[in-house]
Amino acid sequence: MSDFIGESLACLRGERPVFAGLDFSVASGGALLLTGANGSGKSSLLRVMAGLLPPTAGQIWWDREDLAREPDAHHARTAYLGHLDAVKAALTPREDLMFWLRYRAPHLNAYSGRIRADEALAWAGLTPLADLPCRVLSAGQRRRLAIARIAFDETADLWLLDEPTTALDANGALLLHDRVALHRARGGMIVAATHQPLHWPDAQTLDLDVLARRRSDAATRGKYFDNVA
Amino acid sequence: MNGFALLLVRDLRLALRRPADAAVAVAFFVVGACLFPFGIGSESQLLARIAPGVLWAVALLASLLPLERLFLAEAEDGALDRLALSPHGLMSLVLAKACAQWLVVGLPLLIASPLVALLLNMDVNGYGALLAALLLGTPTLVLIGTVAAALSTGARRGGVLLALLALPLDLPVLIFGAAAVQAALVGDPIGAYLQVLAGLLLGALVLTPIAGAAALKLALE
Amino acid sequence: MQFLANPARFLRIANALLPWLALITIGLFASGLYYAFLASPPDYQQGDSVRIMYIHVPAAWMALMSYASLAVFALMLLVWKHPLADVLARSAAPIGAGFTLIALVTGSLWGRPTWGTWWAWGDARLTSVLVLFFFYLGHMALTHAFDDATRGARAAAVLALVGVVNLPVVKFSVDWWSTLHQPASISRIGGSAIDPSMLTPLLLMAGAFLGYFLCLLILRARAELARRKLRVLQLLAAERG
Repeated sequence: MSDFIGESLACLRGERPVFAGLDFSVASGGALLLTGANGSGKSSLLRVMAGLLPPTAGQIWWDREDLAREPDAHHARTAYLGHLDAVKAALTPREDLMFWLRYRAPHLNAYSGRIRADEALAWAGLTPLADLPCRVLSAGQRRRLAIARIAFDETADLWLLDEPTTALDANGALLLHDRVALHRARGGMIVAATHQPLHWPDAQTLDLDVLARRRSDAATRGKYFDNVA
Repeated sequence: MNGFALLLVRDLRLALRRPADAAVAVAFFVVGACLFPFGIGSESQLLARIAPGVLWAVALLASLLPLERLFLAEAEDGALDRLALSPHGLMSLVLAKACAQWLVVGLPLLIASPLVALLLNMDVNGYGALLAALLLGTPTLVLIGTVAAALSTGARRGGVLLALLALPLDLPVLIFGAAAVQAALVGDPIGAYLQVLAGLLLGALVLTPIAGAAALKLALE
Repeated sequence: MQFLANPARFLRIANALLPWLALITIGLFASGLYYAFLASPPDYQQGDSVRIMYIHVPAAWMALMSYASLAVFALMLLVWKHPLADVLARSAAPIGAGFTLIALVTGSLWGRPTWGTWWAWGDARLTSVLVLFFFYLGHMALTHAFDDATRGARAAAVLALVGVVNLPVVKFSVDWWSTLHQPASISRIGGSAIDPSMLTPLLLMAGAFLGYFLCLLILRARAELARRKLRVLQLLAAERG
């Protein structure tokens, strides 16, 4: 059993304060949904959780281990789905999956990687397109490919998904739902930023808008101002 | 296979599917070097005398051209985040990118250099030194350019900025690379120059991954 | 260092220091210029043109000193995450570039009567200063190349540290290169045997330049901090609606 905890996190993008005084906690098998209006800091929080963006203030702990101390270990256990799909037009879906699955899981060799990639392709419904360049894929198919890299990545304990259902059809959302349930059943954690309701069982919700309203309290404002000026 | 090799193979595959990118740098090398006869005149002795310097300066500029896209292309489609989120670390990422870049751009420049030397009427006894010096010098140029590319990823006017950052850093390679060819042309031994170039390459191999990883970390934020 | 981490405290100390620093600088400039132009003898070879040295040499020293300070600020920013390092580096770079430019222009003006040419590539010292100027240009361009100011400052800090490692290599290369292409015949200040009557104004001017650097640094850092405070106030006003 692991846990993933953030305490009094603050984030500054450029000169704009995105969020401050944010706490979160996810346990093994847990799911956390981030909601909030555009600009409320959902994507920034995901990047902070991934260890890509250091928080301006506050700490993040994985099993009581400070994240800032062991960034590489955290990078190895985290799978991140940004709002961009990172699909190279010149590669085929099979090459794409084989590269990313093996890049994340060094124990896979060319053979086992290929089996794994074929499994993922079948799941995403991309088998007929497996050997065509990715430039022929539709936006929804690219999204499925991007999700498949994470859904079939066994090394990741933590999934960070930024608007995972964007461009997905109903069937795609259902497929994602199944893999998410499987990942959680294995003890994995998920944090997802979303506008659409995802209906994952026992998922907690963190509303960043509520937090932003709290920040506009005069007290918090004074404190922030001290730090900057 | 480790992350370095996987990334190298992927980048080479991508480059082979878009061979025009590497070809543009080689074309720039040839066309850029041909500007000098037009600017200076066709006097072949003068051309032969300045050939080593011209070859090195233009090769340096040509190696900078494609570097702008090195990390930018990955950052634009979101791949850079995922490349960073791996067990391999950023230094291995920087080295793999630089290695692929040298194979795709540096090596073709090396192969094209005798042709350019021929166009500039360089004496035949400088060819061996030219190839050896480029073989030791161009990887250093690419490594330094990789740091500059990582630093300027996401900047406005990234390409020009990259050149401004990399050119002063490249100066020692240019000085000793051109000097090696000059020495060979007058019949002096070139061993010492090649040793300095090899030393610069070793230093770059040790230091540029550290600087490049620090710069990439900033680009990821 | 950490006790200066609070910008308000830094400003208090800086404001208290500034008038004294300015007074000392003015005093040093006055006495330095008096010695440089009136109280020191002309050179037996170069005549009065040697007096350019009293501007040129301190400017070149300050160019190097400023770059070293940039590297220190870079370490403060990247390693210790000192909140003022960004402000100081951003403020110091253009001052250093200014000193470098003064060294180059006075070097060129000095070169005209001494060598009969405005620019002699054979002088390794001047050529190295030119490359240092290129480093400053890159540093400043990188600082201002990003929409996010902190990103620019930290990228420039990485570059400053790369430059510190690379500068000695460049210096060595240029020294070696100039001996290859031009026999070492044009050294202007003959060795270290400099007459004490020349050393006095030189050191006074160096002190004046250092004081001037510190005054400018404080003024620029103060302006930068005020600019940031203003931006925060504007943001808060916008949030309040």
